[in-house]
Amino acid sequence: MDAAGYLELGVGAVRSHRLRSMLSVLGIAIGIAAVILLTSIGEGTRRYMLAQFTQFGTNILGINPGKIDTLGIPGVFGGTTHKLTLDDAESIRRIPGIEAVAPVALGQARVAGNGRGRSVFVYGATPDLLEVLKFQIGQGSFLPPGDPRRGSLVAVLGPKLKRELFGEANALGRFVRVADTRLRVIGIMAPKGTLLGMDFDDVAYVPVTTAMRMFNLDEVQEIDVSFAHEGLSENVAENVRDLLVDRHGGREDFTITTQTEMLRVFHRVMDAVTATVAAIAAISLLVGAIGVFTMMWITVGERVGEIGLLRAVGATAREIHGLFLFEAVVLTVMGGALGVLAGLGIALVIRLAAPGLPLYTPIEYVVAALTLSAVTGMVAGVLPARRAAQLHPVEALRGE
Amino acid sequence: MIELDGVQRSYPVGAEPLVALKDVSARIAKGEYLAVMGPSGSGKSTLLNILGCLDRPTAGSYRLDGREVGTLSADALSEVRRHHIGFVFQSFHLIGRLSAHENVALPMLLAGIPEDDRRARISTALDAVGLVHRAHHRPNELSGGECQRVAIARATVMRPHILLADEPTGNLDTANGEQIMRLLERMNADGLTLVVVTHDPNIGRRSDRVLVLRDGEIVQRVPGRELRPDALFESRA
Repeated sequence: MDAAGYLELGVGAVRSHRLRSMLSVLGIAIGIAAVILLTSIGEGTRRYMLAQFTQFGTNILGINPGKIDTLGIPGVFGGTTHKLTLDDAESIRRIPGIEAVAPVALGQARVAGNGRGRSVFVYGATPDLLEVLKFQIGQGSFLPPGDPRRGSLVAVLGPKLKRELFGEANALGRFVRVADTRLRVIGIMAPKGTLLGMDFDDVAYVPVTTAMRMFNLDEVQEIDVSFAHEGLSENVAENVRDLLVDRHGGREDFTITTQTEMLRVFHRVMDAVTATVAAIAAISLLVGAIGVFTMMWITVGERVGEIGLLRAVGATAREIHGLFLFEAVVLTVMGGALGVLAGLGIALVIRLAAPGLPLYTPIEYVVAALTLSAVTGMVAGVLPARRAAQLHPVEALRGE
Repeated sequence: MIELDGVQRSYPVGAEPLVALKDVSARIAKGEYLAVMGPSGSGKSTLLNILGCLDRPTAGSYRLDGREVGTLSADALSEVRRHHIGFVFQSFHLIGRLSAHENVALPMLLAGIPEDDRRARISTALDAVGLVHRAHHRPNELSGGECQRVAIARATVMRPHILLADEPTGNLDTANGEQIMRLLERMNADGLTLVVVTHDPNIGRRSDRVLVLRDGEIVQRVPGRELRPDALFESRA
């Protein structure tokens, strides 16, 4: 029998039981729609998070004091923290390929000015931070170049902090007070927005030595390093590690996190999330598949006489097998097509109703969902088809 | 030409195998009109199934046009059925969701005959049974006689040499039964080998030759016209 024969017989059989065919189709459609929707949410989230992560570029790495084996915040669980110093940062700068080195000393403090005050994060930084994080200055200038140990009494404000303190008035040249230190405002950052829950518009930047003095720190919490391009990532990380181990008396008491590695971990986490979500969707698809299986099983039982007749007029067991398998696949592919349409439709409605929700459906997912529905049909149909094919023609003819 | 030599068919039931046919030998010439008679359980249907290549003998030889078919694989038997044998059943065995036209198309669909060719042959076959005007009706819209005529069109559309009919008039009234038998006999007159399994001695008397089976053996071979009209082969039960 050729493809046209299968099509004619298979589709005809599906159409002859319209109601129950539609019900099994619906079962698969719901499953496929769930697969499309949930994986769209997973993929949308991945892209949203990825965009957030890579804003700083992929050609950076961070060094934190303390050695940890997994990613996390060092020192929290009482791990040893050898000091990470400005001298360390200075020496790293001499490694070839490195473009900028930004030691960071972070603290939280009340910033007061113009008769108002606001508790914000204060970044102790060097001019290099601007280059590493790819932030833009809006007004005035960023922290002055020169010896980071000088600790000038200047500050650069995030646009939100500036607005909260000074309103629309000019803030350049005015003074703010941070932890009893009077600092002159020399610049206002361009708006950056929120990254991973951190509002970068509501912060103040001061020279790193000034911050260490204000917060009574004897080390920096982080050194951010940028280099020419992502390809250097491992090489630079290796050189930084060798250098710091050497400077720290042969002990690796710090942690280097490259953006490449961060992304790898991120993707691994997101893969797990997507897989979990897909597994949940697969459960509803499984329920649909059981529906198709049940219906096909009953169908074979009802059509024993027809099977006998087909055998009598020359159908081989393989053709009978193929015919029933094809019927199951017709059902599930119809369900798959319906499910894809429903899934995309619901995704569209969600996007219109809640534009902020990250949803993304790659075309490969649609193709995969349709393939999956066809495979579901083959799996659900294989036992009924085998049952049909194994009927002896004589028994089948007598069966009606 | 059908040649059966020492054909036996037994089923493994418990310790003693159930023997449905024992040592049946017969020749059926091309174009012959043969009736197979006998009481229920005498092995008529088993014999017909073997003749139709739906079943294989457990022993003995079955040659069809000189070719041994008793030992062919299941797929090869399907091929033989597809091209050489037509079946007509007591219960018609039409597919309810398909129209008369589509039911007749079925064997050609399986044989992969192209659509245009199919259409022409269906028309010819339906015309031969006088049902062109009913081509697009479904079995439930047709009378019993019409259903059996559709079944005959289906059985002959692949132009087989052999037509096997199992109680073809069993579900029909006398008038319709007569019409069906005339149709079958006309096809036989055109050269088709016709084997009819029947209880009806009137049909037996119309055939060239009657084989009477009892307990899986041929107990009588008589020319049809010599069959006594009161010969009864009703169920022994």
